[in-house]
Amino acid sequence: MVQESSSIPVSSGVPVRGLMPTGVIWQHLNRFARRKPLGAFGAVIALFAPFIATHDPAETNAALVYAPPGSQLLLGGDQLGRDVFSRLVYGARVSLYAGLLSAFIGASIGMVVGVASVHFAGKTDLIVQRIIDTMMAFPPLILAIAIMAALGASLNNVVIALSVAYIPSAARVLRSQALAVKEMDYILAARAIGAGHGRIIFRGMIPNCLALYIVLVSVFLGTAIVAEATLSFLGIGVPPDVPSWGGMLNGAAQTYVHLAPWLGVFPGLAIAIVVFAWNLLGDALRDVLDPRLRGTW
Amino acid sequence: MQAYIAKRCLLFIPTLLLATLLVFFLLRVIPGDPALVKLAGETGDASFTQAELHDLQAKLGTDKPLYVQYGKWVWGLLRLDFGQSMYFEDPVAQDLADKFPITLELTVLAMLIATIIAVPLGLVSAIKQDTPTDYIARIISITGVALPNFWVGILIVYFLVLFFAWMPPLGYANLWEDPATNLQQFLFPALALGFFEMAFTARVTRSSMLEVYREDYTRTARGKGLAERVVILRHALKNALLPVVTVSGFQFGRLLAGTVVIENIFMIPGMGKLLVDSVFHRDYTEVQAIVVVITVSVLILNLLLDVIYGWLNPRIRYA
Repeated sequence: MVQESSSIPVSSGVPVRGLMPTGVIWQHLNRFARRKPLGAFGAVIALFAPFIATHDPAETNAALVYAPPGSQLLLGGDQLGRDVFSRLVYGARVSLYAGLLSAFIGASIGMVVGVASVHFAGKTDLIVQRIIDTMMAFPPLILAIAIMAALGASLNNVVIALSVAYIPSAARVLRSQALAVKEMDYILAARAIGAGHGRIIFRGMIPNCLALYIVLVSVFLGTAIVAEATLSFLGIGVPPDVPSWGGMLNGAAQTYVHLAPWLGVFPGLAIAIVVFAWNLLGDALRDVLDPRLRGTW
Repeated sequence: MQAYIAKRCLLFIPTLLLATLLVFFLLRVIPGDPALVKLAGETGDASFTQAELHDLQAKLGTDKPLYVQYGKWVWGLLRLDFGQSMYFEDPVAQDLADKFPITLELTVLAMLIATIIAVPLGLVSAIKQDTPTDYIARIISITGVALPNFWVGILIVYFLVLFFAWMPPLGYANLWEDPATNLQQFLFPALALGFFEMAFTARVTRSSMLEVYREDYTRTARGKGLAERVVILRHALKNALLPVVTVSGFQFGRLLAGTVVIENIFMIPGMGKLLVDSVFHRDYTEVQAIVVVITVSVLILNLLLDVIYGWLNPRIRYA
């Protein structure tokens, strides 16, 4: 395999102390925005969407029930005469909150589990790996539905359910990285000077798995947005009174799709565009942070 | 090869037990006592007496310690007895026997559609790398990964009504009794379900084909004067398909999970629809049974794939 040269020390196996300095982060963001304009555009849209609403998303208006898209309501009205556009804009918050948080929590717990499992090795590693193996047999969506069944519908429960669903794959992926990091001289050195478990794991190994971790968070994010929408679409995710993209596609959007297609088309389009943009962002991040993976997809 | 299969099968048993343990504790421990949930009713504030609670606990068996409950449940599973549905109060095994074949048919059909389209798509994309053909194939696969399957389902229904004024026949016709109606009912749901996997498999095929294309044995095959068609089909594709086989286990799981959504859109009375209905009814025994059936199906398929993989790739077998 050809090892491409990179300006980032992480992928060349040299230890990184703490996080990257701010200057380097800006430099990367800048380079990223120039190289992947669509990915950067997606990130900006996703972050600033909540500030563009024109109506109160909960405001009902009998005169605007199934109003077609046009001058009165930009993207039309729904079965209660609420503004589809404003609901979409507010739905972006739910989507991003659930997506970001569950991707972040799932990947973080997975990273600690994966890295600690490698560090302690032996029986611990064997048992943890068996459990992870078993959890991998649960399709993530089914695991999330089972957890939602136990916890009940709410936004934070969606975050919990999705986070748990991401732990096994994060632990699996980061374990392989940790196996390589463990053999590095600086970990050996840390052990030789008698560093404790916590110090080796959190100061020595985890900082050197961060590149893969960031890539993983971005990959999870896209799927988490779809997963949140799926749960809400099924009616077991976010409660129906909270505007969410998945919830908007449930009920009337399905039954009356031939009479009021805007109800079914726009929320789906919003999900598709945001997920597409985050996927591009993920691809771009992967190219920048881990050149070994470049071009494999 | 026998030793390899035996080892895989032995590993299968503890994994299976662990899976049942995870499901049990996930659903029994988090919500507390199912008897309480049932008595509290849909709104959660219905009144009941202590005696009623004790009676129901005794009936459901939740008055016993957790390990006894787990033991009883697993012993039941071994005899294919999944217990009583808490909502419908009929045997769960009967529900599953009715619904599982429907879901399995949908999954297999989706997998067939996905693979039949994806492999040629990925292959062409790799052979014609960086040409317009490749770009079109890649756009199709990137879109497929970004579009949520329930939206694809809704759009398919919309376009069918809009352009053909046609909807798949309602209800469910058995595949063996009325294959024509059955296929009309299942073709479009399977398309919606398989679209994502199609895109995913196409991407995997493309990248592994590109890798194999640079291998020495491909050059050797070409060097000894074989026709390009033979090089691609006999030498390159055969090796490039190994990763595709590897991911198909995950895909099967994802498709099974995807049926939950698709069955709800197309009103197919399968296991996925039952799962969502059971979540609404807070019917834990039913949810528990469906999650176990799905997980065990994935585990069995993974076991089969391990064996097939060992047979396809001797390097794995002797490692």
